[in-house]
Amino acid sequence: MSVTPAAPIEREGDRTTGRPPRSPAGRRRLLVAIAFLAPALILLGALVVYPVIYTVWRSFYSASGGEFVGGENFVTMFTDPSTFQAIRNNFIWVVVAPIACTALGLVFAVLLDKIKWATAFKLIIFMPMAISMLAAGVIFRTVFQENPNIGVVNAAIVAVQDVFGDSSAYPGARERPETGVTSAEGAISGENPVAVGETQNFPLIGIRQGDVPDTARQAEEAPSAQRGEITGTVWLDVVRGGGGTNGQIDEGKQGLPGVTVQAIDASGEVAATAETQPNGTYELTGLQDGEYTVILPAANFTATVGGVSWLGPSLINFVVIASYIWIWAGFAMIMIASGLSALDRSLQEAARVDGANEWQVFRRITAPLLMPVIIVVFVTLIINVLKIFDLVYVIPPGESKPAANVIAVEMWNVSFGGGNNQGLGSALAILLLVLVLPSMIINVRRFRQERQR
Amino acid sequence: MSGLTIVRGKQTVAQRILGVFSKSIVNVLLAIVAVFWLVPTVGLLIASLRDSTDNSQSGWWTVFTAPAQLTLENYQNLLTNPTILGSLWNTVLIVVPATLLVIVIGALAAYAFAWVEFPGRDWLLIVVIVLLAVPVQVALIPLAQLFGAIGIFGSILGVILYHVAFGLPFAIFLLRNFFTQIPAELLEAARIDGASEWRIFLRVVFPLGLPAIASLGIFQFLWTWNDLLIALIFSDSQSQPITVAIQSQLRQFGANIDVLSSGAFISMVVPLIVFFAFQRYFVQALLAGSQK
Repeated sequence: MSVTPAAPIEREGDRTTGRPPRSPAGRRRLLVAIAFLAPALILLGALVVYPVIYTVWRSFYSASGGEFVGGENFVTMFTDPSTFQAIRNNFIWVVVAPIACTALGLVFAVLLDKIKWATAFKLIIFMPMAISMLAAGVIFRTVFQENPNIGVVNAAIVAVQDVFGDSSAYPGARERPETGVTSAEGAISGENPVAVGETQNFPLIGIRQGDVPDTARQAEEAPSAQRGEITGTVWLDVVRGGGGTNGQIDEGKQGLPGVTVQAIDASGEVAATAETQPNGTYELTGLQDGEYTVILPAANFTATVGGVSWLGPSLINFVVIASYIWIWAGFAMIMIASGLSALDRSLQEAARVDGANEWQVFRRITAPLLMPVIIVVFVTLIINVLKIFDLVYVIPPGESKPAANVIAVEMWNVSFGGGNNQGLGSALAILLLVLVLPSMIINVRRFRQERQR
Repeated sequence: MSGLTIVRGKQTVAQRILGVFSKSIVNVLLAIVAVFWLVPTVGLLIASLRDSTDNSQSGWWTVFTAPAQLTLENYQNLLTNPTILGSLWNTVLIVVPATLLVIVIGALAAYAFAWVEFPGRDWLLIVVIVLLAVPVQVALIPLAQLFGAIGIFGSILGVILYHVAFGLPFAIFLLRNFFTQIPAELLEAARIDGASEWRIFLRVVFPLGLPAIASLGIFQFLWTWNDLLIALIFSDSQSQPITVAIQSQLRQFGANIDVLSSGAFISMVVPLIVFFAFQRYFVQALLAGSQK
């Protein structure tokens, strides 16, 4: 980290800096400096410094720039639902991503010592750093595709569900009409509350034969309810090959095992929960006297077989942050590993000789010595995360874009992606600048300390 | 070391078994992690080697039982597609000048900061260090206007200039730190011999600074090659690099998986080669405090 050796600094120190050069040699040096610095200073001045100043100024003007609006853009930024969502998501990012990357990097770096194929492991974890976030975005959009034929995560989930078939779900199930059962918001329930000691049956239809697990048996009448119980049967109200009476438990109708059944009291609280047997019967027990509505919650009937919609609005932030971790954990690992290799190992060995176990060695010696490196990694990641653009721009499909929004993407949206409000766009850019100010101060301070040393 | 061996010798059988056990747990654990890290990339690679019908009907993992699916068709289509080829060439036209310019301009400035005395040097250097952390987003709006006014908005030149300007603070910072470590005697000797500052820079500092220049070059190369945001705004359909060309296919993700997967891989080939060949230099650039 910018190791500046003592020798040249001391030499520089005893020469004059800061005072205008009076000697011809001094003037010549100034000309040399100007010649060497000119290209860089012109580019930095015109393309970095001037734009920063312009953007600050622009952020106080209206969308088209014609009108001075004071702090209005900054008020909009925190009150407009879309921008505010972006700021909130950035906050989640800053809290989750740097910690996860640093923690994983630390674990990997420490465990690396114990394996013979450390170089190969490092390459594998570090490789994502080389590819573009666009390519990483394409990769992860594929990994998390809802269609289990494309998305490997959902393929794995479906495979696991197939193995543990009893975690049954009956997508598309609905009640047999006019049998005293009704449905609302995906859940199926008894039309009227029943008293303790009574029976509530659920004849269901609309279930594909393939979704009925092999464990299902002929449906049976539930044993009559004892004290504090409500019983009943959940069955597929269809006889294969036809026949039978609707709403009756006939020969050939199958019980539906593994259906969750709940008793809901008058206040809407769940008073008891049960699961159906292979013959479809259930017993809700431990109920106080009174009347309860018996329901089969929606979770029984949601289609898990088609795969989880990872790219939907509710999970999209998780997916994008996971792909970020996939890229940047390698960075943290490499930085911490090089910090680790620079440590003097004799302290650790001494502690081991004294009988400290590996955890104590790590906790009391390695971790404190690594702290400076960990902090550098952490701060670098925070700055990087604040400006995150590509992954959030690439991974979420159209309908999830608002839910995944972050400041940099919103800045692009409002100023270039159709919004055409460069006043608000400038204000968002300034927000990013303000958020990285602490790191600027840290950089300058670190530089000054090195000079003084 | 000898003390250590004695202690090891004293370990009980139970301790030794525990040691072997924990070692194999670590091995298994890291192997699982490695597989997790590899699967996404491998999956996309295999998907890029299957045609669009196969990709829409079954998962890429079915190739392990039916390897006959593998085909280079997607790549053939892509490499005969003028838009993709053009955008790949644009990427080269952007990345090579942007990298070389950052190296040359950055090295010149770094030399002045390291070895030429001039008033206000420390203050100017602090300005550069402040600029190190400026987000690229801050300049998007003003530079879009400025480049529009001078007629380079939508051109390769505009994209190059943006990358050079925002690459310079890090370049100056990294190279200056390295240049100051060059022994002063070497420069003094050259000065006494009457060498001009330009000659000292060219013959002494630049060659001795090559390791740092390599680090900077690799870093800047990967950074520019992989950029999406700047090119998205500052290039047009004629000057767009490969990243922008690929992202324009994203809208129809499911239908375009063949183009997207093979396109993503083509865009990854060069960075991966550079990365594997010069990994050491890349790591050094990161270690030198990449606050970008």
